[in-house]
Amino acid sequence: MPDAAHIDRRGWLSLLAKAPDAEFLPLFDALGTLPDFDWLRAPEVGSVMVQGRMGATGAPFNLGEMTVTRCSLQLPGGQVGHGYVQGRSKPAAKAVALVDALMQTDAAARLRADILAPLMAGAAGRAETRARKAAATKVEFFTMARGED
Amino acid sequence: MYVAVKGGERAIDNAHAWLAEERRGDQDVAELSIAQIREQLSLAVNRVMAEGSLYDPDLAALAIKQARGDLIEAIFLIRAYRTTLPRFGSSKPVETGAMRCERRISATFKDLPGGQVLGPTFDYTHRLLDFKLAAEGVAPEVPERPAAEGPVPHVAEFLNREGLIETAPAEDTPPPDLTRAPLEFPAERALRLQALTRADEGFSLGLAYSTQRGYARNHAFVGELRIGQVDVAMEVPELGFAIDIGEITLTECETVNQFKGSRTEPPQFTRGYGLVFGQSERKSISMALVDRALRWEELGEDNVGAPAQDTEFVLAHGDNIQATGFLEHIKLPHYVDFQSELELVRKLRREAGAAPMQEAAE
Repeated sequence: MPDAAHIDRRGWLSLLAKAPDAEFLPLFDALGTLPDFDWLRAPEVGSVMVQGRMGATGAPFNLGEMTVTRCSLQLPGGQVGHGYVQGRSKPAAKAVALVDALMQTDAAARLRADILAPLMAGAAGRAETRARKAAATKVEFFTMARGED
Repeated sequence: MYVAVKGGERAIDNAHAWLAEERRGDQDVAELSIAQIREQLSLAVNRVMAEGSLYDPDLAALAIKQARGDLIEAIFLIRAYRTTLPRFGSSKPVETGAMRCERRISATFKDLPGGQVLGPTFDYTHRLLDFKLAAEGVAPEVPERPAAEGPVPHVAEFLNREGLIETAPAEDTPPPDLTRAPLEFPAERALRLQALTRADEGFSLGLAYSTQRGYARNHAFVGELRIGQVDVAMEVPELGFAIDIGEITLTECETVNQFKGSRTEPPQFTRGYGLVFGQSERKSISMALVDRALRWEELGEDNVGAPAQDTEFVLAHGDNIQATGFLEHIKLPHYVDFQSELELVRKLRREAGAAPMQEAAE
Protein backbone atom coordinates (compact mmCIF):
# COMPACT_ATOMS: atom_id res chain seq x y z
CA MET A 1 0.00 0.00 0.00
CA PRO A 2 1.34 3.48 -0.83
CA ASP A 3 1.99 5.85 2.05
CA ALA A 4 -0.42 8.58 3.16
CA ALA A 5 1.25 11.16 0.93
CA HIS A 6 0.47 9.12 -2.20
CA ILE A 7 -2.69 7.15 -1.43
CA ASP A 8 -5.33 7.59 -4.17
CA ARG A 9 -9.07 8.07 -3.83
CA ARG A 10 -9.78 4.34 -3.86
CA GLY A 11 -7.16 3.99 -1.14
CA TRP A 12 -8.41 6.71 1.18
CA LEU A 13 -12.06 5.70 0.85
CA SER A 14 -11.12 2.08 1.62
CA LEU A 15 -9.06 3.18 4.61
CA LEU A 16 -11.82 5.44 5.98
CA ALA A 17 -14.56 2.80 5.48
CA LYS A 18 -12.68 0.38 7.74
CA ALA A 19 -11.41 2.87 10.34
CA PRO A 20 -12.77 2.36 13.87
CA ASP A 21 -15.04 5.26 14.92
CA ALA A 22 -13.06 5.69 18.12
CA GLU A 23 -9.95 6.40 16.08
CA PHE A 24 -11.38 8.35 13.16
CA LEU A 25 -13.94 10.66 14.76
CA PRO A 26 -11.56 12.33 17.27
CA LEU A 27 -9.11 13.04 14.42
CA PHE A 28 -11.98 14.43 12.34
CA ASP A 29 -13.29 16.59 15.17
CA ALA A 30 -9.79 18.01 15.67
CA LEU A 31 -9.94 19.51 12.17
CA GLY A 32 -11.97 22.39 13.62
CA THR A 33 -14.36 24.47 11.53
CA LEU A 34 -15.72 22.67 8.50
CA PRO A 35 -17.23 24.13 5.32
CA ASP A 36 -20.94 24.19 4.59
CA PHE A 37 -22.25 21.52 2.28
CA ASP A 38 -25.42 20.25 0.64
CA TRP A 39 -26.61 16.71 1.01
CA LEU A 40 -26.87 14.83 -2.26
CA ARG A 41 -27.88 11.75 -0.32
CA ALA A 42 -28.49 11.97 3.42
CA PRO A 43 -26.83 9.24 5.52
CA GLU A 44 -28.69 5.93 5.30
CA VAL A 45 -28.04 2.56 6.92
CA GLY A 46 -28.35 -0.47 4.67
CA SER A 47 -26.79 -3.81 3.89
CA VAL A 48 -24.42 -5.27 1.36
CA MET A 49 -24.56 -8.92 0.41
CA VAL A 50 -21.08 -10.37 0.90
CA GLN A 51 -20.05 -13.02 -1.61
CA GLY A 52 -17.58 -15.85 -1.24
CA ARG A 53 -16.22 -18.28 -3.81
CA MET A 54 -16.90 -22.02 -3.61
CA GLY A 55 -13.60 -23.78 -2.96
CA ALA A 56 -12.04 -20.33 -2.37
CA THR A 57 -11.39 -19.85 -6.10
CA GLY A 58 -14.55 -21.02 -7.91
CA ALA A 59 -17.94 -19.55 -8.71
CA PRO A 60 -19.40 -16.99 -6.30
CA PHE A 61 -22.10 -17.67 -3.70
CA ASN A 62 -23.90 -15.44 -1.22
CA LEU A 63 -22.33 -15.64 2.22
CA GLY A 64 -24.54 -13.21 4.14
CA GLU A 65 -25.01 -9.50 4.56
CA MET A 66 -23.10 -6.82 6.45
CA THR A 67 -24.29 -3.43 7.63
CA VAL A 68 -23.04 -0.39 5.73
CA THR A 69 -23.86 3.31 6.06
CA ARG A 70 -23.47 5.70 3.14
CA CYS A 71 -24.07 9.31 2.14
CA SER A 72 -23.03 11.86 -0.48
CA LEU A 73 -22.58 15.61 -0.20
CA GLN A 74 -21.35 18.60 -2.17
CA LEU A 75 -19.18 21.53 -1.08
CA PRO A 76 -19.95 25.12 -2.20
CA GLY A 77 -16.98 24.79 -4.57
CA GLY A 78 -18.74 21.90 -6.34
CA GLN A 79 -16.59 19.04 -4.99
CA VAL A 80 -18.64 15.90 -4.35
CA GLY A 81 -17.74 13.59 -1.48
CA HIS A 82 -18.98 10.05 -0.93
CA GLY A 83 -18.92 8.31 2.43
CA TYR A 84 -19.19 4.54 2.89
CA VAL A 85 -18.49 2.97 6.29
CA GLN A 86 -18.90 -0.50 7.74
CA GLY A 87 -21.56 -0.57 10.44
CA ARG A 88 -24.34 1.84 11.34
CA SER A 89 -22.63 5.13 12.20
CA LYS A 90 -24.19 8.07 10.35
CA PRO A 91 -21.70 10.58 11.90
CA ALA A 92 -18.84 8.45 10.57
CA ALA A 93 -20.34 8.26 7.07
CA LYS A 94 -20.81 12.03 7.03
CA ALA A 95 -17.23 12.58 8.22
CA VAL A 96 -15.88 10.26 5.49
CA ALA A 97 -17.86 12.10 2.80
CA LEU A 98 -16.53 15.45 4.05
CA VAL A 99 -12.95 14.18 4.06
CA ASP A 100 -13.48 12.76 0.56
CA ALA A 101 -14.78 16.11 -0.71
CA LEU A 102 -12.07 18.12 1.05
CA MET A 103 -9.40 15.83 -0.40
CA GLN A 104 -10.33 17.40 -3.74
CA THR A 105 -9.50 20.89 -2.39
CA ASP A 106 -6.25 22.49 -1.26
CA ALA A 107 -6.92 21.05 2.21
CA ALA A 108 -5.73 17.68 0.86
CA ALA A 109 -2.15 17.89 2.15
CA ARG A 110 -3.32 18.67 5.67
CA LEU A 111 -5.86 15.83 5.60
CA ARG A 112 -3.23 13.38 4.43
CA ALA A 113 -1.07 14.32 7.40
CA ASP A 114 -3.74 14.75 10.08
CA ILE A 115 -6.23 12.02 9.17
CA LEU A 116 -4.94 9.52 6.64
CA ALA A 117 -1.44 9.04 8.04
CA PRO A 118 -2.54 8.29 11.63
CA LEU A 119 -5.34 6.00 10.43
CA MET A 120 -2.93 4.07 8.21
CA ALA A 121 -0.48 3.74 11.06
CA GLY A 122 -3.29 2.56 13.37
CA ALA A 123 -4.52 -0.06 10.89
CA ALA A 124 -0.99 -1.30 10.16
CA GLY A 125 -0.20 -1.45 13.89
CA ARG A 126 -3.30 -3.50 14.70
CA ALA A 127 -2.65 -5.93 11.84
CA GLU A 128 1.02 -6.21 12.80
CA THR A 129 0.24 -6.98 16.46
CA ARG A 130 -2.21 -9.74 15.55
CA ALA A 131 0.21 -11.15 12.96
CA ARG A 132 2.99 -11.21 15.59
CA LYS A 133 0.74 -12.99 18.10
CA ALA A 134 -0.22 -15.52 15.40
CA ALA A 135 3.45 -16.04 14.50
CA ALA A 136 4.17 -16.92 18.14
CA THR A 137 1.65 -19.80 17.86
CA LYS A 138 3.33 -21.29 14.78
CA VAL A 139 4.32 -24.90 15.43
CA GLU A 140 8.03 -25.74 15.23
CA PHE A 141 8.16 -29.50 14.65
CA PHE A 142 11.14 -31.49 15.76
CA THR A 143 11.71 -35.21 15.37
CA MET A 144 12.84 -37.41 18.22
CA ALA A 145 15.95 -39.49 17.45
CA ARG A 146 14.74 -43.04 16.85
CA GLY A 147 17.40 -45.75 17.26
CA GLU A 148 16.94 -47.46 13.84
CA ASP A 149 19.67 -45.69 11.86
CA MET B 1 -67.84 -21.62 14.42
CA TYR B 2 -66.61 -18.36 15.96
CA VAL B 3 -64.93 -18.21 19.32
CA ALA B 4 -63.60 -15.30 21.36
CA VAL B 5 -60.32 -14.10 19.84
CA LYS B 6 -59.80 -11.01 21.97
CA GLY B 7 -58.49 -10.78 25.48
CA GLY B 8 -55.21 -11.46 27.15
CA GLU B 9 -53.72 -8.00 26.49
CA ARG B 10 -53.21 -7.28 30.17
CA ALA B 11 -51.72 -10.71 30.79
CA ILE B 12 -49.36 -10.23 27.83
CA ASP B 13 -48.24 -6.77 28.96
CA ASN B 14 -47.60 -8.03 32.46
CA ALA B 15 -45.73 -11.06 31.15
CA HIS B 16 -43.47 -8.79 29.10
CA ALA B 17 -42.83 -6.52 32.08
CA TRP B 18 -41.83 -9.53 34.14
CA LEU B 19 -39.67 -10.78 31.26
CA ALA B 20 -37.79 -7.47 31.26
CA GLU B 21 -37.21 -7.74 35.01
CA GLU B 22 -36.04 -11.36 34.75
CA ARG B 23 -33.76 -10.41 31.88
CA ARG B 24 -32.06 -7.87 34.10
CA GLY B 25 -31.74 -10.44 36.91
CA ASP B 26 -30.54 -9.49 40.39
CA GLN B 27 -30.13 -5.72 40.37
CA ASP B 28 -27.32 -6.00 42.91
CA VAL B 29 -25.28 -7.57 40.11
CA ALA B 30 -23.76 -5.16 37.58
CA GLU B 31 -25.60 -4.92 34.26
CA LEU B 32 -23.95 -6.34 31.14
CA SER B 33 -23.01 -3.80 28.49
CA ILE B 34 -23.19 -4.46 24.76
CA ALA B 35 -19.43 -3.94 24.57
CA GLN B 36 -18.87 -6.57 27.27
CA ILE B 37 -20.92 -9.12 25.35
CA ARG B 38 -19.22 -8.23 22.07
CA GLU B 39 -15.73 -8.50 23.54
CA GLN B 40 -16.10 -11.32 26.07
CA LEU B 41 -18.75 -13.58 24.51
CA SER B 42 -17.36 -13.16 21.02
CA LEU B 43 -17.99 -16.72 19.85
CA ALA B 44 -21.67 -16.39 20.74
CA VAL B 45 -21.69 -13.08 18.86
CA ASN B 46 -20.08 -14.85 15.88
CA ARG B 47 -22.70 -17.55 15.87
CA VAL B 48 -25.52 -15.02 15.92
CA MET B 49 -23.93 -13.13 13.01
CA ALA B 50 -23.39 -16.32 11.00
CA GLU B 51 -26.87 -17.77 11.47
CA GLY B 52 -28.55 -14.37 11.55
CA SER B 53 -26.75 -13.85 8.22
CA LEU B 54 -25.78 -10.28 9.10
CA TYR B 55 -22.24 -9.21 10.00
CA ASP B 56 -22.55 -6.57 12.72
CA PRO B 57 -20.98 -7.48 16.09
CA ASP B 58 -22.73 -4.71 18.05
CA LEU B 59 -26.17 -5.70 16.79
CA ALA B 60 -25.49 -9.37 17.51
CA ALA B 61 -24.38 -8.46 21.05
CA LEU B 62 -27.55 -6.42 21.57
CA ALA B 63 -29.65 -9.33 20.31
CA ILE B 64 -27.94 -11.70 22.75
CA LYS B 65 -28.65 -9.33 25.62
CA GLN B 66 -32.27 -8.87 24.61
CA ALA B 67 -32.71 -12.64 24.17
CA ARG B 68 -31.24 -13.38 27.62
CA GLY B 69 -28.56 -15.49 25.94
CA ASP B 70 -31.00 -17.62 23.93
CA LEU B 71 -28.98 -17.67 20.72
CA ILE B 72 -31.77 -18.85 18.43
CA GLU B 73 -33.99 -16.07 19.76
CA ALA B 74 -31.10 -13.64 19.14
CA ILE B 75 -30.68 -14.98 15.59
CA PHE B 76 -34.43 -14.45 15.10
CA LEU B 77 -34.05 -10.79 16.17
CA ILE B 78 -31.17 -10.28 13.73
CA ARG B 79 -33.06 -11.93 10.86
CA ALA B 80 -36.05 -9.67 11.54
CA TYR B 81 -33.87 -6.55 11.66
CA ARG B 82 -32.07 -7.58 8.47
CA THR B 83 -35.31 -7.44 6.51
CA THR B 84 -35.71 -3.73 7.37
CA LEU B 85 -32.42 -2.75 5.71
CA PRO B 86 -32.28 -1.48 2.13
CA ARG B 87 -29.80 -3.55 0.11
CA PHE B 88 -27.07 -1.33 -1.38
CA GLY B 89 -25.70 -4.12 -3.55
CA SER B 90 -23.41 -7.11 -3.57
CA SER B 91 -19.74 -7.21 -2.73
CA LYS B 92 -17.10 -8.64 -4.99
CA PRO B 93 -16.32 -12.21 -3.88
CA VAL B 94 -13.97 -12.04 -0.89
CA GLU B 95 -10.42 -13.27 -1.52
CA THR B 96 -9.68 -15.75 1.25
CA GLY B 97 -6.25 -16.34 -0.31
CA ALA B 98 -5.38 -12.81 0.88
CA MET B 99 -6.72 -13.48 4.39
CA ARG B 100 -4.69 -12.08 7.27
CA CYS B 101 -4.61 -15.44 9.01
CA GLU B 102 -4.74 -15.70 12.78
CA ARG B 103 -5.11 -19.43 12.64
CA ARG B 104 -4.21 -21.74 9.81
CA ILE B 105 -3.80 -25.46 10.21
CA SER B 106 -3.71 -28.45 7.91
CA ALA B 107 -4.39 -32.02 8.96
CA THR B 108 -2.97 -33.35 5.67
CA PHE B 109 0.47 -31.72 5.42
CA LYS B 110 2.80 -31.26 8.35
CA ASP B 111 5.27 -28.97 6.66
CA LEU B 112 3.61 -26.50 4.36
CA PRO B 113 4.44 -22.96 3.28
CA GLY B 114 3.10 -20.60 5.90
CA GLY B 115 3.27 -23.31 8.56
CA GLN B 116 0.82 -24.57 11.13
CA VAL B 117 -0.41 -21.52 13.03
CA LEU B 118 -2.58 -22.45 16.01
CA GLY B 119 -4.05 -19.04 16.84
CA PRO B 120 -6.35 -18.49 19.83
CA THR B 121 -7.71 -22.05 20.00
CA PHE B 122 -9.40 -24.29 22.57
CA ASP B 123 -7.50 -27.23 21.04
CA TYR B 124 -4.93 -28.76 23.39
CA THR B 125 -6.58 -27.20 26.43
CA HIS B 126 -7.46 -29.76 29.10
CA ARG B 127 -11.12 -28.81 29.33
CA LEU B 128 -10.79 -28.41 33.07
CA LEU B 129 -12.72 -25.59 34.67
CA ASP B 130 -10.43 -22.67 35.34
CA PHE B 131 -11.44 -21.29 38.70
CA LYS B 132 -9.10 -18.35 38.27
CA LEU B 133 -11.67 -16.93 35.84
CA ALA B 134 -14.22 -16.91 38.67
CA ALA B 135 -12.01 -14.40 40.44
CA GLU B 136 -10.43 -11.47 38.63
CA GLY B 137 -9.78 -12.32 35.00
CA VAL B 138 -6.61 -10.49 34.06
CA ALA B 139 -5.39 -11.33 30.55
CA PRO B 140 -1.85 -12.69 30.45
CA GLU B 141 0.96 -11.11 28.49
CA VAL B 142 0.72 -12.62 24.97
CA PRO B 143 4.04 -13.65 23.41
CA GLU B 144 4.84 -12.20 20.00
CA ARG B 145 7.26 -13.17 17.28
CA PRO B 146 8.24 -11.53 14.01
CA ALA B 147 5.59 -12.25 11.39
CA ALA B 148 6.22 -13.30 7.80
CA GLU B 149 4.97 -10.84 5.20
CA GLY B 150 2.51 -11.66 2.46
CA PRO B 151 -0.46 -13.93 1.90
CA VAL B 152 -0.52 -17.59 2.93
CA PRO B 153 -1.19 -19.94 -0.03
CA HIS B 154 -4.12 -22.37 0.08
CA VAL B 155 -3.27 -26.03 0.66
CA ALA B 156 -5.40 -27.12 -2.33
CA GLU B 157 -2.91 -25.33 -4.60
CA PHE B 158 -0.16 -27.82 -3.67
CA LEU B 159 -2.30 -30.81 -4.65
CA ASN B 160 -3.45 -28.94 -7.75
CA ARG B 161 0.10 -28.82 -9.07
CA GLU B 162 0.12 -32.60 -9.37
CA GLY B 163 -3.42 -32.67 -10.74
CA LEU B 164 -4.42 -34.84 -7.80
CA ILE B 165 -7.40 -32.75 -6.71
CA GLU B 166 -10.37 -31.34 -8.53
CA THR B 167 -9.98 -27.69 -9.41
CA ALA B 168 -12.39 -24.86 -8.69
CA PRO B 169 -11.99 -22.61 -11.74
CA ALA B 170 -13.04 -19.00 -11.29
CA GLU B 171 -16.20 -17.84 -12.97
CA ASP B 172 -18.51 -14.97 -12.34
CA THR B 173 -22.07 -16.15 -12.80
CA PRO B 174 -24.26 -14.10 -10.44
CA PRO B 175 -25.28 -16.51 -7.66
CA PRO B 176 -28.89 -17.21 -6.70
CA ASP B 177 -30.03 -15.58 -3.44
CA LEU B 178 -32.39 -17.42 -1.11
CA THR B 179 -33.25 -14.17 0.69
CA ARG B 180 -34.79 -12.89 -2.56
CA ALA B 181 -36.35 -15.98 -4.14
CA PRO B 182 -37.91 -18.98 -2.41
CA LEU B 183 -35.70 -22.06 -2.16
CA GLU B 184 -36.38 -24.41 -5.07
CA PHE B 185 -35.15 -27.91 -5.70
CA PRO B 186 -32.94 -29.24 -7.12
CA ALA B 187 -30.73 -26.54 -5.59
CA GLU B 188 -27.42 -25.74 -7.25
CA ARG B 189 -24.26 -25.64 -5.17
CA ALA B 190 -24.18 -21.83 -4.78
CA LEU B 191 -27.63 -21.94 -3.21
CA ARG B 192 -26.72 -24.91 -1.02
CA LEU B 193 -23.65 -23.09 0.29
CA GLN B 194 -25.70 -19.99 1.11
CA ALA B 195 -28.19 -22.11 3.02
CA LEU B 196 -25.46 -24.08 4.79
CA THR B 197 -23.45 -21.07 5.95
CA ARG B 198 -26.51 -19.70 7.78
CA ALA B 199 -27.85 -23.10 8.87
CA ASP B 200 -28.11 -24.09 12.52
CA GLU B 201 -24.76 -25.12 13.94
CA GLY B 202 -26.19 -28.06 15.84
CA PHE B 203 -28.08 -29.38 12.83
CA SER B 204 -24.99 -29.01 10.61
CA LEU B 205 -22.81 -30.71 13.20
CA GLY B 206 -25.22 -33.63 13.54
CA LEU B 207 -25.42 -34.17 9.80
CA ALA B 208 -21.65 -33.86 9.33
CA TYR B 209 -21.14 -36.35 12.16
CA SER B 210 -23.57 -38.75 10.50
CA THR B 211 -21.35 -38.81 7.38
CA GLN B 212 -18.34 -39.63 9.55
CA ARG B 213 -20.23 -42.48 11.18
CA GLY B 214 -21.09 -44.06 7.86
CA TYR B 215 -24.23 -42.44 6.47
CA ALA B 216 -22.69 -41.41 3.12
CA ARG B 217 -19.15 -41.63 4.38
CA ASN B 218 -16.82 -39.48 2.29
CA HIS B 219 -13.49 -39.83 4.11
CA ALA B 220 -12.87 -36.18 4.83
CA PHE B 221 -9.52 -34.77 5.87
CA VAL B 222 -9.28 -31.16 6.93
CA GLY B 223 -6.98 -30.03 4.14
CA GLU B 224 -6.99 -26.59 5.60
CA LEU B 225 -8.73 -24.52 8.22
CA ARG B 226 -8.03 -20.81 8.34
CA ILE B 227 -9.42 -17.96 10.40
CA GLY B 228 -8.62 -14.31 9.88
CA GLN B 229 -9.62 -11.00 8.39
CA VAL B 230 -10.49 -10.25 4.79
CA ASP B 231 -11.43 -6.98 3.12
CA VAL B 232 -14.87 -6.66 1.58
CA ALA B 233 -14.82 -4.65 -1.65
CA MET B 234 -17.78 -3.36 -3.63
CA GLU B 235 -18.17 -1.53 -6.93
CA VAL B 236 -19.60 1.89 -6.13
CA PRO B 237 -21.53 3.21 -9.16
CA GLU B 238 -21.18 6.89 -8.22
CA LEU B 239 -17.40 6.46 -8.07
CA GLY B 240 -17.00 4.14 -11.04
CA PHE B 241 -14.57 1.86 -9.19
CA ALA B 242 -14.47 -0.58 -6.28
CA ILE B 243 -13.54 0.39 -2.73
CA ASP B 244 -13.26 -1.60 0.47
CA ILE B 245 -16.41 -1.11 2.50
CA GLY B 246 -15.32 -3.16 5.47
CA GLU B 247 -13.20 -5.84 7.01
CA ILE B 248 -14.70 -9.05 8.36
CA THR B 249 -13.46 -12.13 10.17
CA LEU B 250 -14.16 -15.43 8.42
CA THR B 251 -13.52 -19.10 9.07
CA GLU B 252 -12.79 -21.19 6.01
CA CYS B 253 -12.51 -24.98 5.88
CA GLU B 254 -11.51 -27.01 2.87
CA THR B 255 -11.77 -30.74 3.14
CA VAL B 256 -9.85 -33.16 0.97
CA ASN B 257 -11.93 -36.23 0.26
CA GLN B 258 -11.21 -39.60 -1.24
CA PHE B 259 -12.74 -40.16 -4.67
CA LYS B 260 -12.37 -43.37 -6.64
CA GLY B 261 -13.17 -41.74 -9.95
CA SER B 262 -16.16 -42.08 -12.21
CA ARG B 263 -16.88 -42.61 -15.91
CA THR B 264 -15.80 -39.05 -16.64
CA GLU B 265 -13.28 -38.26 -13.89
CA PRO B 266 -9.99 -40.01 -13.03
CA PRO B 267 -9.33 -41.05 -9.42
CA GLN B 268 -8.44 -37.88 -7.55
CA PHE B 269 -9.22 -36.01 -4.39
CA THR B 270 -12.40 -33.98 -4.23
CA ARG B 271 -13.24 -31.03 -2.03
CA GLY B 272 -15.87 -29.87 0.40
CA TYR B 273 -16.08 -26.20 1.31
CA GLY B 274 -17.10 -24.29 4.38
CA LEU B 275 -17.00 -20.51 4.81
CA VAL B 276 -18.68 -18.87 7.80
CA PHE B 277 -18.82 -15.39 9.36
CA GLY B 278 -16.63 -14.96 12.43
CA GLN B 279 -14.49 -17.46 14.27
CA SER B 280 -16.85 -20.39 13.72
CA GLU B 281 -14.65 -23.42 13.43
CA ARG B 282 -17.03 -26.27 14.27
CA LYS B 283 -19.66 -24.83 11.96
CA SER B 284 -17.20 -24.35 9.12
CA ILE B 285 -15.91 -27.95 9.26
CA SER B 286 -19.50 -29.22 9.48
CA MET B 287 -20.47 -27.14 6.47
CA ALA B 288 -17.60 -28.55 4.41
CA LEU B 289 -18.55 -32.14 5.22
CA VAL B 290 -22.22 -31.60 4.41
CA ASP B 291 -21.35 -29.68 1.23
CA ARG B 292 -19.23 -32.63 0.10
CA ALA B 293 -21.98 -35.16 0.89
CA LEU B 294 -24.53 -33.13 -1.09
CA ARG B 295 -22.25 -33.17 -4.14
CA TRP B 296 -22.78 -36.93 -4.73
CA GLU B 297 -24.77 -36.38 -7.90
CA GLU B 298 -22.37 -34.05 -9.72
CA LEU B 299 -19.48 -36.37 -8.83
CA GLY B 300 -21.31 -39.44 -10.10
CA GLU B 301 -21.42 -41.18 -6.71
CA ASP B 302 -24.15 -43.50 -5.49
CA ASN B 303 -27.05 -42.14 -3.52
CA VAL B 304 -27.05 -44.45 -0.52
CA GLY B 305 -30.15 -42.76 0.88
CA ALA B 306 -28.29 -40.99 3.69
CA PRO B 307 -29.88 -37.88 5.18
CA ALA B 308 -26.76 -35.78 4.41
CA GLN B 309 -27.16 -36.61 0.69
CA ASP B 310 -30.74 -35.41 0.55
CA THR B 311 -30.62 -31.77 -0.55
CA GLU B 312 -34.24 -31.10 0.20
CA PHE B 313 -34.02 -32.69 3.65
CA VAL B 314 -30.87 -30.73 4.54
CA LEU B 315 -31.85 -27.34 3.19
CA ALA B 316 -35.47 -27.46 4.27
CA HIS B 317 -34.60 -28.33 7.87
CA GLY B 318 -31.29 -26.58 8.49
CA ASP B 319 -32.67 -23.11 9.07
CA ASN B 320 -33.30 -22.76 12.79
CA ILE B 321 -35.59 -19.74 12.39
CA GLN B 322 -37.92 -21.56 10.03
CA ALA B 323 -37.71 -24.63 12.24
CA THR B 324 -38.33 -22.88 15.53
CA GLY B 325 -41.08 -20.76 14.00
CA PHE B 326 -43.02 -23.81 12.95
CA LEU B 327 -42.16 -25.81 16.03
CA GLU B 328 -43.04 -23.12 18.54
CA HIS B 329 -46.23 -22.04 16.83
CA ILE B 330 -47.92 -25.20 18.09
CA LYS B 331 -47.87 -23.81 21.63
CA LEU B 332 -49.99 -20.83 20.54
CA PRO B 333 -53.78 -21.05 20.74
CA HIS B 334 -55.21 -23.81 18.55
CA TYR B 335 -58.54 -23.89 20.38
CA VAL B 336 -60.67 -24.19 17.28
CA ASP B 337 -58.49 -26.83 15.64
CA PHE B 338 -58.48 -28.83 18.82
CA GLN B 339 -62.22 -28.39 19.33
CA SER B 340 -62.85 -30.08 15.99
CA GLU B 341 -60.44 -32.92 16.87
CA LEU B 342 -62.25 -33.35 20.18
CA GLU B 343 -65.61 -33.54 18.46
CA LEU B 344 -64.24 -36.08 16.00
CA VAL B 345 -62.78 -38.36 18.70
CA ARG B 346 -66.02 -38.18 20.70
CA LYS B 347 -68.01 -39.08 17.60
CA LEU B 348 -65.70 -42.01 16.71
CA ARG B 349 -65.86 -43.31 20.27
CA ARG B 350 -69.65 -43.05 20.27
CA GLU B 351 -69.80 -45.05 17.05
CA ALA B 352 -67.20 -47.61 18.24
CA GLY B 353 -68.95 -47.92 21.58
CA ALA B 354 -72.40 -48.20 20.02
CA ALA B 355 -71.46 -50.97 17.58
CA PRO B 356 -70.53 -53.77 20.07
CA MET B 357 -73.63 -53.04 22.12
CA GLN B 358 -75.71 -53.36 19.02
CA GLU B 359 -74.01 -56.69 18.22
CA ALA B 360 -74.62 -57.94 21.73
CA ALA B 361 -78.27 -57.00 21.48
CA GLU B 362 -78.61 -58.98 18.29
